[in-house]
Amino acid sequence: MQPQITFQPSDTANLAVKMALNNLSVYYKDFRAIKDVTLPVYEHRVTAIIGPSGCGKSTLLRALNRMNDLIPGARVEGEVLLDGENIYGAGQDVVDIRRRVGMVFQRPNPFPMSVYDNVAFGPRLLGLRKKAVLDEIVERSLRAAALWEHVKDKLGQSGMALSGGQQQRLCIARAIAVEPEVILMDEPTSALDPIATLNIEDLIQTLKENFTIVIVTHNMQQAARISDFTAFLSMDDDRAGYLVEFGPTVELFTNPKQKLTEDYITGRFG
Amino acid sequence: MNESIYTHIDLARNYRNRKITNILMLSLTGVTVVLAIIPLVWITVYVILKGGKYINLDLFTRLPAPMGMSGGGVLHAIEGTFVMVTLASLIAIPLALLAAFYLLARPSTTLAHVLRFSTDMLAGIPSIVIGLFGYAVIVVTQKHFSAFAGGIVLAIIMLPVVLRSAEEMLKLVPGEMREGALALGSPEWLAALKVVLPAAAEGIITGIMLGIARAVGETAPLLFTALGNDNYEIGRIIRDGIHYHQSLGQILGNIFGQPADALPLTLWKYAQQPYQERIQQAWAVAFVLMALALGLNIIARVWLAYRRRKLYG
Repeated sequence: MQPQITFQPSDTANLAVKMALNNLSVYYKDFRAIKDVTLPVYEHRVTAIIGPSGCGKSTLLRALNRMNDLIPGARVEGEVLLDGENIYGAGQDVVDIRRRVGMVFQRPNPFPMSVYDNVAFGPRLLGLRKKAVLDEIVERSLRAAALWEHVKDKLGQSGMALSGGQQQRLCIARAIAVEPEVILMDEPTSALDPIATLNIEDLIQTLKENFTIVIVTHNMQQAARISDFTAFLSMDDDRAGYLVEFGPTVELFTNPKQKLTEDYITGRFG
Repeated sequence: MNESIYTHIDLARNYRNRKITNILMLSLTGVTVVLAIIPLVWITVYVILKGGKYINLDLFTRLPAPMGMSGGGVLHAIEGTFVMVTLASLIAIPLALLAAFYLLARPSTTLAHVLRFSTDMLAGIPSIVIGLFGYAVIVVTQKHFSAFAGGIVLAIIMLPVVLRSAEEMLKLVPGEMREGALALGSPEWLAALKVVLPAAAEGIITGIMLGIARAVGETAPLLFTALGNDNYEIGRIIRDGIHYHQSLGQILGNIFGQPADALPLTLWKYAQQPYQERIQQAWAVAFVLMALALGLNIIARVWLAYRRRKLYG
């Protein structure tokens, strides 16, 4: 099946840059995990990060909402700009950054509470108390995650009682509920079966109308299917991840500029 | 509703409140940590100050002096504790480990449930009641108090402690590791011994240390089982045994068959006596007990850290 061509090369000039990485390096104590990555993240587009195992894709993704801060000894050099401002700058509020840049994880992690409470968790955290508004938010988010029809009569049921694919969509609904600007997804379908995977992939296509999406995937076909731009990361000799090539997905997969990219895409390594 | 949730929220005020709450809670946790440390520090310092000055070589090498006279030591208690805790460990540790392995291999059988339940119940029985049990079953039958009875009773007390922590540690080992060994054709006991046990070893050793520390510190159950014995000295027993050409069995019988003293038991007795020197010795024993407990803990932790660094770099 031919991948949907969702944009034309000439569009890049008209696209807004939502986030930008400038010479980003990520260190765990003395070990450099990510080396000097510079790439743009275009607004309302899906950017995929692909590469062999262990090259640092997840580390790179987590650097975009400062989740690496949670790891002792982790530090960054370079910049990550969100709407032009460096999120690692002095005086930046990590809490606010994470509100604007949400994350969906590899293994669905619903909270041990009802479906309703899961989705309402974020808005409640921000101070929303009015039940009518919360009800609207929960419904709106669940609809956007294509889960409303399944759970509308079971909002009080535990979030952990859903199937794997539904749990992941619940996590997506939860992330959407606080109206982030960017959604980061770390291999969101690798723990799901093929049908659930397809559902999530369709969902991502609809989500990009309202959000900017960055997705890490080890599945090249998935990247080719759903993303507009792809960044190919690889590991160099000192086990640091570096950016081999970045470009529109169609171009990167049909006409890669780097030999390493071509080797990876054609399966010669990885 | 199509408008953003942020039209219903005062974000700035929400952030301010959350920041204040955060600072408040962090300070509270800091304060409670200090409060929790105070008792430990206070007790340790107090015991060191009060007991430290009475520590001398005599304390560790001599038997008690006759009532009212000065000098002497608590050698009898040290040896008594050593003998009884060793006996207790030799009984309780293998039993606990084997039972824990059973719980690992057959976790859902009726026997397993009964085992877990009884262990939890046993852990909750006051140690003095266990001592009374030992009295009724062993002392009355043998018609004398003995280190043996004391050791058995301590074994009963140690058993649930070691079993519980051993089971928890074994459960922490990923099931895949055991399955890997079984898939290679290994019998269950070999997989348990060579694969699961080394993986859980650190935690199990910690549990054993906890059990030993508990046994060393028990006083009440020894009241009616070991009773106390100012003349308990293993060296003399062995020398006499050799001198009178006694068999090994007889010598062992003499070691375990006599009433014996223990450190906490001695402390309890001395603390109540009217002689100033006894009271000082009681403080010294308290110091020794504290040093033992802390020492065991520290050794366990240092060893664990060393092992962890070696294994995981």
